[in-house]
Amino acid sequence: MMVTLGIAGLCSGLAIVGIYLVTQPMIERNRAEALEAAIYRVLEGAKTRVALVLREGKLARFESPDGSLPKEEAVYAGYDEAGALVGFAVPAEGPGFQDTIKLLYGYNAERKRVVGMEVLESRETPGLGDKIIKDMNFVGNFRDLAVEPAIAAVKGGRSGENEVDAISGATISSVAVCNIINASNSRWLDRLADAEGVAAAGNGSSPDAAVSDGTGSGGID
Amino acid sequence: MPSQKDSYEELVKGLWRENPVFIQLLGLCPALAVTNSAINALAMGAATTFVLVGSSLLVSSLRNLIPKQVRITTFIIVIATFVTVADFTLQALAPVVHKELGAFIALIVVNCLILGRQEAFASRNSTRVAVADAAGMAAGFAFALFLLGCIREILGSGSLFGVSLFGPNFEPWVIMILPPGGFLTLGLLLGLFAWVKERRLRASQAVGGAPAERRAA
Amino acid sequence: MFELDWGQLLWIFTTACVVNNFTLSYFLGLCPFLGVSGRIDTALRMGMATIFVMTVTSICAWFLNTYVLPHAPYLRLISFIVVIASTVQFVEMTIKKLSPALFKALGIFLPLITTNCAILGLALFQTNKAYGFIEGIIFALGAGAGFTLALVLMAGIREENELATIPDVLRGAAMSFLIAGILSMAFMGFAGLFSKTA
Repeated sequence: MMVTLGIAGLCSGLAIVGIYLVTQPMIERNRAEALEAAIYRVLEGAKTRVALVLREGKLARFESPDGSLPKEEAVYAGYDEAGALVGFAVPAEGPGFQDTIKLLYGYNAERKRVVGMEVLESRETPGLGDKIIKDMNFVGNFRDLAVEPAIAAVKGGRSGENEVDAISGATISSVAVCNIINASNSRWLDRLADAEGVAAAGNGSSPDAAVSDGTGSGGID
Repeated sequence: MPSQKDSYEELVKGLWRENPVFIQLLGLCPALAVTNSAINALAMGAATTFVLVGSSLLVSSLRNLIPKQVRITTFIIVIATFVTVADFTLQALAPVVHKELGAFIALIVVNCLILGRQEAFASRNSTRVAVADAAGMAAGFAFALFLLGCIREILGSGSLFGVSLFGPNFEPWVIMILPPGGFLTLGLLLGLFAWVKERRLRASQAVGGAPAERRAA
Repeated sequence: MFELDWGQLLWIFTTACVVNNFTLSYFLGLCPFLGVSGRIDTALRMGMATIFVMTVTSICAWFLNTYVLPHAPYLRLISFIVVIASTVQFVEMTIKKLSPALFKALGIFLPLITTNCAILGLALFQTNKAYGFIEGIIFALGAGAGFTLALVLMAGIREENELATIPDVLRGAAMSFLIAGILSMAFMGFAGLFSKTA
């Protein structure tokens, strides 16, 4: 009786481990490709990217030989063809109307402006709240948005540089997106102001240079 | 050959007469959750087919080696293994579909249909017959899901397989792709099938009952 | 582990209970939903048992996610299902010993909880949202409460309907689904409960 269970468990375990080993590389690649595509969409003009992770409260460059993405929370510095820093792509999430919204937004530290936004995951109402993904006019609001004092969603058109025109019929979803970005800004902006140096450590060679994984080179003070 | 005929019978019964969703009312959780579009419905049908046929094949091949006391646990181990394989494979090969289906691929493991077939059929019959039964049930399940998916997608998004059917001026009946739409569609479909069945019953009774009114079949 | 953000916990509980009700929004736990909702008192008992199993499962899932599964993420599904089956078995034995009356009242419902997709769904959702220990428990309580709420509402309506005139073709499961659809629509009204418009 126990023998049968033991054998069943063993065979099951082998099968699962086998399929895991076979599919993991593909899954990782899919994940990296999807995120990279989003990064290059929120940072217009970016062609290459460097991942930055938090190590002991400080930003550090994340290296990996095969270009895979860090498993922990990270922001991404994007560089254009000439190697100049375009900005940082910051993932953020927070409560929306129906459920959690996950998004990625681009931030230019020099000009202190949001330069792009893309919703990665949401369960907002189809036809109404999901316009935060589909309505290009709404998304276009985030192409050049001042972050001070804070991003605000308003009805009836933008008057200030930090304002976003909310979607009619989806006010709450629009406000949620702004709140998520504001909350994320209060977390990251100070760190990002000095992050250019961190990301650039070793730049000149390809940003995904083959330095061993896990050692944060050039942490900032 | 008797077993040939048996296999065919087993295969066909799952498609309609003992349809898992419409008649047996099993596997309802995925039937409503992922049928907001035809593609998702087909993907779920395919994944369930893989798990059901694979599990039945394995269980019926090994049925004489599994002691009675631990049979449910063994079935669950087998099913969970197949589901994990399906989950990882789908994630690697079709990440977009995998994201749409979400946790429901993993929930195939508690689909009462699969465990039910193992207990009621696969563990008591030969491999050939068990596989035929599994294939029939899975096909019936996939068909039910596809039907639900098509209806909900056409009415709720105005499209089929992502192809817009009615043009940009069609105001979609959004509730159909939301949870209430799933419940309502299934309820109305069940009502429709009951109505058709009743009409057929009345028609056959009328034909058989009054000789004077007998019409040509 | 014990600095509690009460606002966040309230959000988790309420969202799991009514905004994203496990049965009426996520379609989980439909088998007992249809099978057990004939009478209010059986619905209530099933709901209580489910809440208990959900809470225990949530705690076990948290332990697994924190200490065991980071080393072997592919074992997630199997370990969850084994935990659930064992929990139900254990709960059954405990109730039998502590309160035979309750055990007899619950009857067949207890073993049926194992195949309740809501329990496994709870464990999977909790993992996806990366909830901590306390958050997970609150999530389980909210989800269980929501499931019980849906079940009891359904039972109440069905009890009333027993004497109503329903077209023959709609009797039985079809009517239950239509009622569920209307309940689901009603629960959609809870969306946006915690949002501000400014």
